[in-house]
Amino acid sequence: MPDHLEIPILTTTVEKMVQWARRSSIWPVTFGLACCAIEMMSMSASRYDIARFGAEVFRGSPRQSDLMIVAGRLSRKMAPVLRRIYDQMPEPKYVISMGACASVGGVFDNYAIVQGVDQVVPVDVFVPGCPPRPESLIYGIVQLQKKIDQQRAFG
Amino acid sequence: MPELRSEIMTVNMGPQHPSTHGVLRLVLQLAGESVVGADTTIGYLHTGIEKTAEQKKWQQVIPLVERMDYLAAQSNSLAFCLSVERLLGVEMPERVQNIRVLLAELQRLNSHLVWLATHGLEIGAVSVMMYCFREREQLLNINEMIAGFRMFPSYIRIGGLREDLPPGFHEAVSSFLDAFPSKLDEYEALLTRNQIWLKRTRNVGIIGKEDAVAYGLVGPIARAAGVPYDVRKAFPYLGYETYDFMVPTGTIGDVYDRYLVRIEEMRQSTRLARQALARITPRGVYDIQDYRIVPPPKDKVYSEMEALIQHFLIYSQGFTVPAGESYVPVEGPRGEHGFSIVSDGTNRPYRIKLRPPSFYACQALPRAIVGGLIADVIAVIGSTDVVMGDVDR
Repeated sequence: MPDHLEIPILTTTVEKMVQWARRSSIWPVTFGLACCAIEMMSMSASRYDIARFGAEVFRGSPRQSDLMIVAGRLSRKMAPVLRRIYDQMPEPKYVISMGACASVGGVFDNYAIVQGVDQVVPVDVFVPGCPPRPESLIYGIVQLQKKIDQQRAFG
Repeated sequence: MPELRSEIMTVNMGPQHPSTHGVLRLVLQLAGESVVGADTTIGYLHTGIEKTAEQKKWQQVIPLVERMDYLAAQSNSLAFCLSVERLLGVEMPERVQNIRVLLAELQRLNSHLVWLATHGLEIGAVSVMMYCFREREQLLNINEMIAGFRMFPSYIRIGGLREDLPPGFHEAVSSFLDAFPSKLDEYEALLTRNQIWLKRTRNVGIIGKEDAVAYGLVGPIARAAGVPYDVRKAFPYLGYETYDFMVPTGTIGDVYDRYLVRIEEMRQSTRLARQALARITPRGVYDIQDYRIVPPPKDKVYSEMEALIQHFLIYSQGFTVPAGESYVPVEGPRGEHGFSIVSDGTNRPYRIKLRPPSFYACQALPRAIVGGLIADVIAVIGSTDVVMGDVDR
């Protein structure tokens, strides 16, 4: 190859490239339920700035998003709505269960609260806390990125 | 020319909508762009907190009530503690009262900052949200300082406070209070005379004086309509009558008036907090020192038999509250906010019931929305500052 045609090239597989693209731009759906939603907003705001991890584009429509952060307590009345929103999201889709209430019902072990959103939708990452600090949620998103990296991109 | 066919369209807004402040659902009847009917549907966040509280001991209820109106955690716990303390018949030391005033005012700032952030974001002022959260983080740092927790410190307890103020508290609060008024000017420079903001908020979503009274509205919404009702002035608690502050009111009760009232409230809260801080000594009494209600100090527990027994009793069976009912309202960020509690003389509440200001605001929403345009619905919801955790509980 002549010298003047030398350009920087990286070789990779298509699968690796797809995984890289997926994990670097996780768009969450705006799905705030309760207190945790405020910490989720803090995570996207000035101090914590989730844009550093490529997940700052909160989408109002589930049809444009990859990730659902279930932030807060899920009541029995809300559960069918949650499932419908999950169904509306395009594949591949991921779920983070944020906080004690979403993960296991938290302190609200009673008639009104679903004891864990994994009864309604499949959950990829559980983030503990009541509410979790924004750092915890960022850690959860980084864990999800690692998970996406290890999954098969096709099939 | 054939007549243009038109029909009423029903649109569901929520419960999953980026701008309905959680899970409020509105069923709107639309004729083109204008709203001709609206129904609010609530209950998507019903948590059964009031029922769960009946299984807890009195002191254990505080973390639960803090999660009701999750933007006003310390106002919730303050209202609950005041009601229980009236039944117990105990009087707080002055230092505790002053610290509680300070915390309640900081909580008001905290809540109003989240309100301004989301309200601005929904109308399109994204930078306002970033600025507001920047200041809010400093308030959360103060919370972390006193209790090690950002949003729900559980610092106000029945019988006083959890522990004494940490070293460095005064410096942290006063440096925040010194810087905050200039930050408020910054927000106002972005919004108050901004033409886009004025066009989106002026003469939009009007709730007049008569309506505000008829719907039982309280707090900034009522004050924006010209009803000068503030619990701190009408039924003073914690010695609010000794503080120098004013209650801002609006004139017509549109979205812009509510914005101005809340901004002025933040200035007044800063003043109140500064007065309260000046009265607080860095160290001193932080509870009523009645060891049937509050735990004795740790050094006594390890050295005195009596204190050890009291410690054990408080952490195993709690304390009993004399049978009776009480209701002590406080002025939360959203208005009159109080717990009606019933005790049957045992160590657990028989019934607690919150009077939630947001619930009444939700009820008045259709009044403000109907007759306007669909684009204004978002502005109106933002300006009423409803918190669904408060409405549904």
